[in-house]
Amino acid sequence: MKSLWYLFSAYTIIWFLIWSYTMWIGRKQTRLFKEIERLKTLMAKHDLSE
Amino acid sequence: MKKIDIAVFVLGILTFLAISLSLYMAFIYTPLERTMGAVQKIFYFHLPLAWIGFLAFFIVFLGGVLYLITGSIKWDNLAYSSAEIGVVFSTLVLITGSIWAKRAWNTWWTWDPRLTTMLILWMIYVGYIMMRNAVDNVERRAKISAVIGIAGFVDVPIVFMAIRWWRTMHPLLITSKGMGLAPSMLTALFVSLGSFTLLYVYLLLIRVRLGLAMNIAEEIKIRLSDKL
Repeated sequence: MKSLWYLFSAYTIIWFLIWSYTMWIGRKQTRLFKEIERLKTLMAKHDLSE
Repeated sequence: MKKIDIAVFVLGILTFLAISLSLYMAFIYTPLERTMGAVQKIFYFHLPLAWIGFLAFFIVFLGGVLYLITGSIKWDNLAYSSAEIGVVFSTLVLITGSIWAKRAWNTWWTWDPRLTTMLILWMIYVGYIMMRNAVDNVERRAKISAVIGIAGFVDVPIVFMAIRWWRTMHPLLITSKGMGLAPSMLTALFVSLGSFTLLYVYLLLIRVRLGLAMNIAEEIKIRLSDKL
């Protein structure tokens, strides 16, 4: 039974860390998209679209 | 939808299916090991995690060499993306190894050559990432990163050979006589190795694309600040 707990903890940590890393990349991507939108607006405002 | 987006999406689905299959094989398909019991099943993920760590640091090495030859920032981006994934996976190698050691050796940690060299490897690449956050100049950062990435890779063969060179508690799996595993265990291990390689490629693809987009956004910002 104790052996199962060790196994369960190891697998939980593996998938939690991989999931957290993927979520972190996702959050970075969302922030970047917002930043690009802001830059686009800024470029259009100052007529620098080229 | 662009072709590359479709490719990433398909790869994501394939990775999910492969990981599900490897979980099934690790928990249900393989028999229970006689002496260690259920905790031995950590092995089906511990070894693939280590393999991905090594592969990721090899890509950091390769990216560093290519950056120093060509001077193209895309190689630096590839190396950095791979280092990040390598650190995540080698952290997991240390954690899962430690959990397994507690049950098998009755200790969370011992200064065994394999464990110590692995910890050094992890520290090198954590240092690599910390250094990148400390240097602002893009070219300087890329050059220092390439040098650390190339020099740091020296530790990978040392980690691999540690159990052959020195007296160690860590089991030796690959010998000249092959791998001492039952056929079903070997199949589960190879399925897991394949699925983790897919996961690495998938994560690397999305991380590299994000890095490239960040570089472009940075360039636009510099151009804008010059013009305004």
